[in-house]
Amino acid sequence: MTIQFNDETFRDDYSFKNSPWAIKRFPFPFHEDSYMYSVNMEQHRGGPEGSIYEKRFDVDEHYVSEMRDRAMVLADDPLRCQSLPHMTLAGWDLLELIMVSKSEDYPDLFELHRDGHNWRWVNKPMGIDDSFVFLDEATLPYGPMEYITRQTQGDFCVLNQRDDNLWMDAGMITTQADWSLDFDLGMNFFEWHAPVPLAHEKGIFVRALKFLMNVQQGAPARRLNWTMTVNPLLDTSPENYHKWGIQKTSITPENIGAKQHLRVELQTFFRLPRSNALVFPIRCYLCSFQDLMSVPKWGRRLHRVIRDLPEELATYKGFIDNRPMMLDYLSAFDDGQATSDGIWPDVDSEPPLKA
Amino acid sequence: MSGAEKIAVTVTDVVPLNALVTRFEFKRTDGGLLPTFSGGAHTVVEMRDGDTVRMNPYSLMSDPMNQTHYTISVRRDDAGRGGSLFMHSKVSVGDQMVVSNPVNLFSLDLRAKKHLFLAGGIGITPFLAQIKQLERFNGNWELHYACRNAALGSYVDELTTNHPNNTHVYYDDDNQAIDLVNLLEGQPIGTHVYVCGPKGMIEWVRKTATAEGWPREGIHYEEFLAPQPGKPFEVKLAVSGKVIQVGEQESLLEAMERSGVDAPYLCRGGACGQCETRVIDYAGNFIHRDHWLEDAEHASGEKIMPCVSRFEGKTLVLDR
Repeated sequence: MTIQFNDETFRDDYSFKNSPWAIKRFPFPFHEDSYMYSVNMEQHRGGPEGSIYEKRFDVDEHYVSEMRDRAMVLADDPLRCQSLPHMTLAGWDLLELIMVSKSEDYPDLFELHRDGHNWRWVNKPMGIDDSFVFLDEATLPYGPMEYITRQTQGDFCVLNQRDDNLWMDAGMITTQADWSLDFDLGMNFFEWHAPVPLAHEKGIFVRALKFLMNVQQGAPARRLNWTMTVNPLLDTSPENYHKWGIQKTSITPENIGAKQHLRVELQTFFRLPRSNALVFPIRCYLCSFQDLMSVPKWGRRLHRVIRDLPEELATYKGFIDNRPMMLDYLSAFDDGQATSDGIWPDVDSEPPLKA
Repeated sequence: MSGAEKIAVTVTDVVPLNALVTRFEFKRTDGGLLPTFSGGAHTVVEMRDGDTVRMNPYSLMSDPMNQTHYTISVRRDDAGRGGSLFMHSKVSVGDQMVVSNPVNLFSLDLRAKKHLFLAGGIGITPFLAQIKQLERFNGNWELHYACRNAALGSYVDELTTNHPNNTHVYYDDDNQAIDLVNLLEGQPIGTHVYVCGPKGMIEWVRKTATAEGWPREGIHYEEFLAPQPGKPFEVKLAVSGKVIQVGEQESLLEAMERSGVDAPYLCRGGACGQCETRVIDYAGNFIHRDHWLEDAEHASGEKIMPCVSRFEGKTLVLDR
């Protein structure tokens, strides 16, 4: 497989765009015509060919531009990447996991050559060819977690497991849905989830924590989460809310199809073997409403989900003010026909939109 | 869901250490590398003994950085259900076996300024891997190891030779005992204490450390219970639609697995909570042996840990 990497931006002129290939493989997060929180975990052990589930760490056409955007965020704010001192071994675990996975899953793009602890890493899309000594920080330009996550799409929370809880003790967070590593660093699972409405009452976090603490070596897990973003912004951080929050008011009936994006996170969970930490990659995928509407099933379903979503969730996800305009736009793509089960586009079997 | 793929291994070395303990070395049968692990992790070894399949957890004691082989040490338990006896009497070099991916329920807290290890008898094994892990990163550790006598002191020579300044050995037969209160009082701030050994030793250390004002988060222990034999009993599995018989020498979890029910588990020793199962109906008495459920949960008749607990009575219906 050869990927044509886009030259695009996630800020200023927002030249980000999805190719037809990227739209078709977009992780539409709704498996039915409604949405409520659940512990919707499944094993992360591959998936349909070409889907975002297929590889352990999905690489797509946005890779090179996303890494450029990450470097810009870090240049402005180095605190987006932090690792407490006891998490260095987990950083090496993560580096090893990603280098081994990517070199096996994308041999045309990445190479890993190992001779004992003398390693050579080749990242062709980014033009990197580095030799270093595994477990020797002095031989890398950054700490191991920062080094590898500057070359891997998605945010990374590296969680220490102790005292029957998980602790946010390291991370690389530059493409987040309005939360801050610098604020959450050192918090436990219940502390950093405290702002989420409804889920606590449903006991979701108690069950989710129990599941995550038992994620085993060799048995990674995954789930999807979602929110809404105006303009294809990767960095929707609290630190920069003054820059992007105002953009939510720039939506009009004329531009909403192009500007309003569904933001989907592929969240995966891997046990890290040497440290017994848990890594929680959060990979962000963006798709504009107008591109989503090219799939009839998604058009019908998105309208129904957004229309029926509880007010607390629309508020928490930050689009309660724009919901009426969204529904005006989306209703034109909902002809009332039934939809098939599951998240897949089913373009060949689902009927076209009735005129 | 019972986790990751199992690993097919070949027994590559069997070394009797003393009258009670034998060490086994495993390599991957396909010649590949084994997964790395963290000190304190265990693997579940599957033992096929005729029609019986036993799965016992054993601490990995080899160097976590070494992916060419795993080693475990097995103490013979003549009164047990036969897992350790099987390992001692029927397993030899060249045998094919199956082990699980490593699971760590006794992890080092890498925030610790110092790691204080207290081992009793065969409880030394997880510390052997943790010591190798810490040595690699210049970690600060100290071991206090109590065993019956020199003849039964597994790995005493290796430890005192390689780490003479960190290792302190106590022989019961010589009336030597760890001076725990003084030991705990002399530790620098930021020390974490870890204990692995018989139940009485674990309780002694936990109580003493708590009384000495050690924070709960700084006291780590691992105690796997071996499932005990008991009277046979019958169980109805409501989800699977099966009625199964639990034999005298097998656990409820093993009986479910034998019947083709994929029940979750991690430690198989009553500690981790993964196999917790809801009771739908019962008439009789539970024999709870785990230390996962609270006393009130044991008394409620609503939950059972099938890895170690049993039942005596007429009817037991489980949500599995």
